[in-house]
Amino acid sequence: MGAYMLKRLISNVLLVAIAASMAYFLAATSLNPRAKYEGRQPPVAEAVVDGVLDDYNLNDKTPVFERYVTWVSGVVTGDLGKTWEGKEVNGEMGRRIGVSLRLLLIGTIVGSGIGVAVGAYAAVRQYTISDRVIGVTSFVIMAIPVFVIATMLTIGAVGLNNALGFTLLEYTGEYTPGLSGGWEQFTSRLNHLILPTISLCLGQIAFYSRIQRNMMLDVLGQDFVRTARAKGLSRRKALFKHALRTALIPAATYFAFAFGTLLTGAIFTEKIFGWHGMGAWLVDSIQQNDTNAVAAVSLFAAVCVLVAGLLSDLAVAALDPRVRVN
Amino acid sequence: MRSKVVLARLARNPQARYGLVALLLLLLLAYVGPFVGAHTWTDKDFLAFLEPPSAEHWWGTTQIGQDVYAVTLRGMQKSIVIGFLVALFSTGLAALVGAAAGYFGGWVDRALMWGADLLLVLPSFLIIAILSPNLKGGSWLWFVVLLAAFSWMITSRVVRSMTLSLREREYILAARYMGIPGWRIILRHVVPNLSSLLIIDATLNVSAAIIGEASLSFFGFGVQPPDVSLGTLIAAGSGQVTGYPWLFLFPAGLLVLLVLSVNLVGDGLRDALDPGSNQ
Amino acid sequence: MPILEVNDLNVTFRGGIKAVRGVSYQLGQGEVLGIVGESGSGKSVTSLAVMGLLPPGAEVSGSVKLHGRELLDMPEDELIGLRGKTIGMIFQDPLSAFTPVYTIGDQIAEAVRIHQKIGKDKAAKRAVELLDLVGIPHPDVRAKAFPHEFSGGMRQRAMIAMAIANDPDVLICDEPTTALDVTIQAQVLEVLKTAQRETGAGIVMITHDLGVVAGIADRVLVMYAGKPVELGTVDEIYYRPRQPYTMGLLASIPRMDRPTARLIPIDGNPPSPAALPPGCPFAPRCPMRVSACDEAEPDLERIGPGTRMSACIRSHEIELKGLDGATIYPVPEAPAETAEPRPRAERDTVLSVENMIRHYPLMKGAVFKRRVGTVHAVDGISFDVAEGETLALVGESGCGKTTTLQQIMQLEAPQGGTVVVLGKDSATLARADRKALRRDLQIVFQDPMAALDPRMPVGDILAEPLRAHGHKDIGARIAELLSLVGLDPSHAQRYPQHFSGGQRQRIGIARALALEPRLIVLDEPVSALDVSIQAGVINLLEDLKVRLGLSYLFVAHDLSVVRHLADRIAVMYLGRIAEIGTVDEVYGRPAHPYTRALLSAIPLPDPDLERSRERILLEGDLPSPADPPSGCRFRTRCPKRALLGAEEARRCAEEEPSVVRLAPVVDHGAACHYPEEAEVVVTSRH
Repeated sequence: MGAYMLKRLISNVLLVAIAASMAYFLAATSLNPRAKYEGRQPPVAEAVVDGVLDDYNLNDKTPVFERYVTWVSGVVTGDLGKTWEGKEVNGEMGRRIGVSLRLLLIGTIVGSGIGVAVGAYAAVRQYTISDRVIGVTSFVIMAIPVFVIATMLTIGAVGLNNALGFTLLEYTGEYTPGLSGGWEQFTSRLNHLILPTISLCLGQIAFYSRIQRNMMLDVLGQDFVRTARAKGLSRRKALFKHALRTALIPAATYFAFAFGTLLTGAIFTEKIFGWHGMGAWLVDSIQQNDTNAVAAVSLFAAVCVLVAGLLSDLAVAALDPRVRVN
Repeated sequence: MRSKVVLARLARNPQARYGLVALLLLLLLAYVGPFVGAHTWTDKDFLAFLEPPSAEHWWGTTQIGQDVYAVTLRGMQKSIVIGFLVALFSTGLAALVGAAAGYFGGWVDRALMWGADLLLVLPSFLIIAILSPNLKGGSWLWFVVLLAAFSWMITSRVVRSMTLSLREREYILAARYMGIPGWRIILRHVVPNLSSLLIIDATLNVSAAIIGEASLSFFGFGVQPPDVSLGTLIAAGSGQVTGYPWLFLFPAGLLVLLVLSVNLVGDGLRDALDPGSNQ
Repeated sequence: MPILEVNDLNVTFRGGIKAVRGVSYQLGQGEVLGIVGESGSGKSVTSLAVMGLLPPGAEVSGSVKLHGRELLDMPEDELIGLRGKTIGMIFQDPLSAFTPVYTIGDQIAEAVRIHQKIGKDKAAKRAVELLDLVGIPHPDVRAKAFPHEFSGGMRQRAMIAMAIANDPDVLICDEPTTALDVTIQAQVLEVLKTAQRETGAGIVMITHDLGVVAGIADRVLVMYAGKPVELGTVDEIYYRPRQPYTMGLLASIPRMDRPTARLIPIDGNPPSPAALPPGCPFAPRCPMRVSACDEAEPDLERIGPGTRMSACIRSHEIELKGLDGATIYPVPEAPAETAEPRPRAERDTVLSVENMIRHYPLMKGAVFKRRVGTVHAVDGISFDVAEGETLALVGESGCGKTTTLQQIMQLEAPQGGTVVVLGKDSATLARADRKALRRDLQIVFQDPMAALDPRMPVGDILAEPLRAHGHKDIGARIAELLSLVGLDPSHAQRYPQHFSGGQRQRIGIARALALEPRLIVLDEPVSALDVSIQAGVINLLEDLKVRLGLSYLFVAHDLSVVRHLADRIAVMYLGRIAEIGTVDEVYGRPAHPYTRALLSAIPLPDPDLERSRERILLEGDLPSPADPPSGCRFRTRCPKRALLGAEEARRCAEEEPSVVRLAPVVDHGAACHYPEEAEVVVTSRH
């Protein structure tokens, strides 16, 4: 197992390195940070711009390979370079990762937990009204892109707040600035979390519930469920003890995939609800021609994808004795 | 014979039936609808800016006086074309790469799957977002290629693992023992026997591509003006959604309906083509 | 009073498919009732209906009484008190019948705790006791293992342990040994008998294997197309069948004790349950059919005294005239042997395998893969096939016969040793030579479902080898091939799924013949077929060999079929050849203890013989091919070893025996230090 993990770690590090490098080259050749300075009033002298860009390792007059070497030598020592306005990418990224992880963690836990429960329930009640309602609802939700869900949620919140005459549901930012007292801060943060969480989780719940329902139904027809009933277990007990547990295995293999869609969903959720996380940064950094930030976001995304894959494999190994080695 | 059975099963499946009818109606709307409306999508009515839906402008007008009905249908055409093209390319690519990797094994397998891994790890959203606005000239066709290039990997893994089990099937062994070359076995035996999976996958890829296009266009990274797609229209409309909801609701509603109907057809196809599975 | 009484049981699935039609039987205390039938005869559905475990959507009517209580209209919460307690069930495939994520011990303990109010510890202890009872070594350790860590035989033992956990009165066994090798089957049947002694339960034994039933059942119910067609004691059914289907079934089985008799196939196929003929469902295939047969379906009626029942309007006539299968079914003519074949030594050698070795890396884990050892799949075997000869390669799963066959078919250099096909060494073949050689070397596969591409019409399937090797006039050749194997040439446009199993296997044979090969490798060509169909395919293979002068390398596990078809036989065990020689020699005077055990384990469709014969039961499972025993590979299970002195036994552990010719005959060798000669197969008095 140790040797295997090491091999996997090496290949993952290699993949991340190549992915990040490709993203860097792409960003360094396509984006134009100079534009940020050129359009200014009063105009800034070219030499001055060059100097600033050189400082930030963003000057397009330096050969791209040279910039890359500078960037890499920074990255291996843990320095991701500077943003277009000269801030440390590291600091910015640290803050933003905190923001994003909060959303992603909640999205994963709530999404998979509720999704699996709903799917299992639907499978057990197959062909009943509740199964059909769950099925249709999850189908419709899966057809709605996150940005439409998020926009609809804000419309709803605005409408509700207007009707009530006060702000019941917050829909911009992480918290209301200028609040005193820990408790008020806390409730404000919770309030700000509600809509983004819904926007992120709805799709995940729909996805997991469909997967879990299908997997359960696959398992329901299998011999071991029949054996469990032949032993004298009631249908319900056989389903919960034998079918649900076994059907979790294939669902766990979908975790990596679901996490990928969650990452994309986070981009829209953060942008639309005004959260300053990594997702929002991805869009902002491109729009601001911020090469080093783009590379940093790519690095983060690549690591996330690989970690999700690893977690997915670990979850499968934990659930399925057949794939464990010992 | 088999296609008849599949069609019969498809018709018996209510979900698929609704999906198919809805999809046909939407296609009809997209391609025949513009001839019914009074305005073309390039017309600008300087007497009506941001008008709500009326007899003159069925779905209202934009801030530059465009007819929302005409513009939305135009955008829908583009979204549909992009969706189908991307699905075609990405499923085709997935089938070839996955089948080759699974059938030949060894270094071919390792190289192809490593490439798939790399593309999975690359943040596709970001790459397309950077590349696509810069690919002037070929415009939206390049965008199609990019979307397809980033959407085949997972299917190719499924195709590969199915090929691995197909490869041990006796009819494949029989072909190999007859001395038939590998690529011909792939084209004649492997890919046709995965056709159920591929048809289902292609269908679901259509809706994934439509959403993907809209997502990128939402931030201005996808279809570039003067072209319009449902994504660009939703992006434009979402900014003014509280005051002028028709700008948002019509394109967003059509997008959801389109994706929903394609998904319903895909799910029905899965039941019809693959009766063993409940998926 | 019978403990289980089934009366006029009918099961109809969605779409009006009548799977079971009017089954009635009674089961007494300690009695074994065999239910026999081919696939699709409704025998398994009957038992699921009794258990109340049919999938939703199945309509059941009639009556099932357990200790006089009606089960069919019993509410579910009362039924679950009976299932697993009063009725136990043993399923066919023990791998899928256990939940993969719980340990065997937990699953058995669960069965105990459902019906008995005892603590977890006690239930776990009881599970270990039960595992011990069914003969699982180190039961306390094995109880903690997961189902996938058990071998097939061990899993089936565990399944039996679970079924008898609550001392049931009725045990329903649904093909309990079908998935197992013969020596393991013999062990499991022994365990079943033990279980019956322990519990005193009545057993319903469902199987397609007439040999198994002959050895274990007291009474037999024969089913055809969802209907019982004959019921009687085991002797009555086997020695005096009174229904043409039963008679045909018994006549079509290849028998080890009557190797030369031509097999008698039953023409046609069982009817589809969705399209039953109006009268007797067997009438279309029946040699005794008269017009009255098509008018009404005959019921199971008493014939003669006792409980003897038969569903045939001519049963009395059969009884009166004393007819049997061989007299009412037309015996197919054997093709005339053109001339006495030349002695073996003068004929060409079409295949020669010398010291062939094939090892695989052993990988473990699906997600965290790593190499944990080497599988010695084939470890130095030698044999040859002369022109016009059939060599059978037999052995149980894991013995390396399939690997041997694949290595030969690949026509590539083996890891060790040589493979010479038609005088050409596979190691030195150029690409073009290899392709040319493939014309002469063809294969017929085991599973007729998997061997034909379901997306190609039969004509295209047959055309594929012809096109690949540049044939002209393909259409005519396809028609010729189809009629050669007894199919209608006009069916070339149909797809494989429109043919029955036997017909598909004929298509597979036609494909192998397309290029007029000289050597055909037969990979278990009849083991997936029902016996009545199997006989026809065996006859076809025999005929083709004579007519076309073919040589066969025949891989099989069914020693009765081998006895029929082969001239010579090589018995494999754990990657090595244990014994090789002409069939007469090996079957008549088996010298290797493994061959002897193998032959004695085969169930014979003859109740008298089954009762009187002495079985050599092997201990334990096949050792892992990744870690074969030192010296003689068979020594860990060898029944002979107990009889040897310490000095002699040491030789077994230290020195690996090689195949040596046995003194008196030319063509018979065994890889045993202490070979033996005595007869094990006895012939029937009937």
